[in-house]
Amino acid sequence: MIIIIDYGLGNLGSVKNALDKLGIESMVSSSISDIEKADGLIIPGVGSASEGMINLQESGLGKVIREQIEMEKPFLGICLGMQLFFSSSEEGNTKCLNVIAGKVKKFRTELKVPQIGWNQVKKKSSRLFRGIKNNSYFYFVHSYFCQPKESGSEIGITDYGITFCSAIENENVFGVQFHPEKSGENGLKLLSNFKDIVYANNTGN
Amino acid sequence: MLAKRIISCLDVRDGRVVKGVNFVNLRDGGDPVEMGKFYNDQGADELVFLDITASSDNRKIIMNVVEKVAKQVFIPFTVGGGIRTVDDMRSTLLAGADKVAINTAALTNPNLISECANIFGNQCVVLAIDVKQNKNKWEVFVNGGRTPTGKNALTWAKLAIKLGAGEILLTSMDQDGTKLGYDLVLTKQISEVVSVPVIASGGAGNKQDFYNVFTQGKADAALAASLFHFGELKIKDLKKYLLDMKLPIRIYKS
Repeated sequence: MIIIIDYGLGNLGSVKNALDKLGIESMVSSSISDIEKADGLIIPGVGSASEGMINLQESGLGKVIREQIEMEKPFLGICLGMQLFFSSSEEGNTKCLNVIAGKVKKFRTELKVPQIGWNQVKKKSSRLFRGIKNNSYFYFVHSYFCQPKESGSEIGITDYGITFCSAIENENVFGVQFHPEKSGENGLKLLSNFKDIVYANNTGN
Repeated sequence: MLAKRIISCLDVRDGRVVKGVNFVNLRDGGDPVEMGKFYNDQGADELVFLDITASSDNRKIIMNVVEKVAKQVFIPFTVGGGIRTVDDMRSTLLAGADKVAINTAALTNPNLISECANIFGNQCVVLAIDVKQNKNKWEVFVNGGRTPTGKNALTWAKLAIKLGAGEILLTSMDQDGTKLGYDLVLTKQISEVVSVPVIASGGAGNKQDFYNVFTQGKADAALAASLFHFGELKIKDLKKYLLDMKLPIRIYKS
């Protein structure tokens, strides 16, 4: 079972719709015991970093997420969900989950901000992009981007005035700045790859 | 590079997709759920669903349809028609829309734009503007193109963006359904004064019209309905043409 973590923000329904379409068993939940029992976890995201972190802290979900990451459970953070894995965000000067060293910064470009639309991802070799062509288009909606301290965890980069990290892989933690649930066929393929990662790691315990 | 978007639009009346010429003479185009799925599979970059005769009594039925369409669509999905309050917007988003288009209510009460943008984010709020040329002015119409407002489209677009609209869906009523091409002058003028993406709508008749509105009209996205519904132009062929013309376009299947 994959749990889509409900922390009071974001477009939970569309992630659930995409997993349903793929026939992947999933549930939207904010329950700590559901999260502890899950095979894999998705942190979706539409909203602000400060609001997201406040909700995670007040509900105790932030602590549970960190514990589950330490237990090597596969995680996928989407958009704000990816940003929350980092140390801090410029958005409201927020301290984040600090699972991946690095900062989340605001776009300073002459292009329109937020970036809204389909942009290309230059991928590095990763289980998450298996079967997806290099420079495929994905759907983005964001004003902030992630800047990992070490480039080793970068598995995707995108150009929007500057080149930024649009996907990460750090052991069992994955993050994508774009919305796979809104990125047509490539997005569905990516979610299906995440499912394969989740169940490949599942030892049945 | 950010791609130019090709958007398919479903004008829905009483639960059916319809399409007219200059906003009248509606013709039946099919079931919105099937058509939503069709465009998702055809490689559209976005789907817009407009409830063109929204009234309170059929709103619940429409939410049902929106929910069903959302389950079939894995591309951005915008819903509009009859959105009057923050609560209308919330329920539309909960039904599965990614963005909500507002038109008449925003003109009557411009604060609705800022209220919605503050709660749901600018990216969720699309301002739809229906425009008709009146002498040398671009006049804004509301109530599904039925009521003139005396307002100038450029002034209104600028104000709406200041209030928090994240995108402009610009329809030329003069061109709508005529297949004579987008209004390039109108689209260019609006695109040049606003800092948010502009979706051009009304008048697409062939592949070249899309090319012209992206280049001369400076649009970020182009919307069409009848041209796609009745099979006159396939999205796949259109995208291939635009790619050959060196525009940044999302390739769907290679």
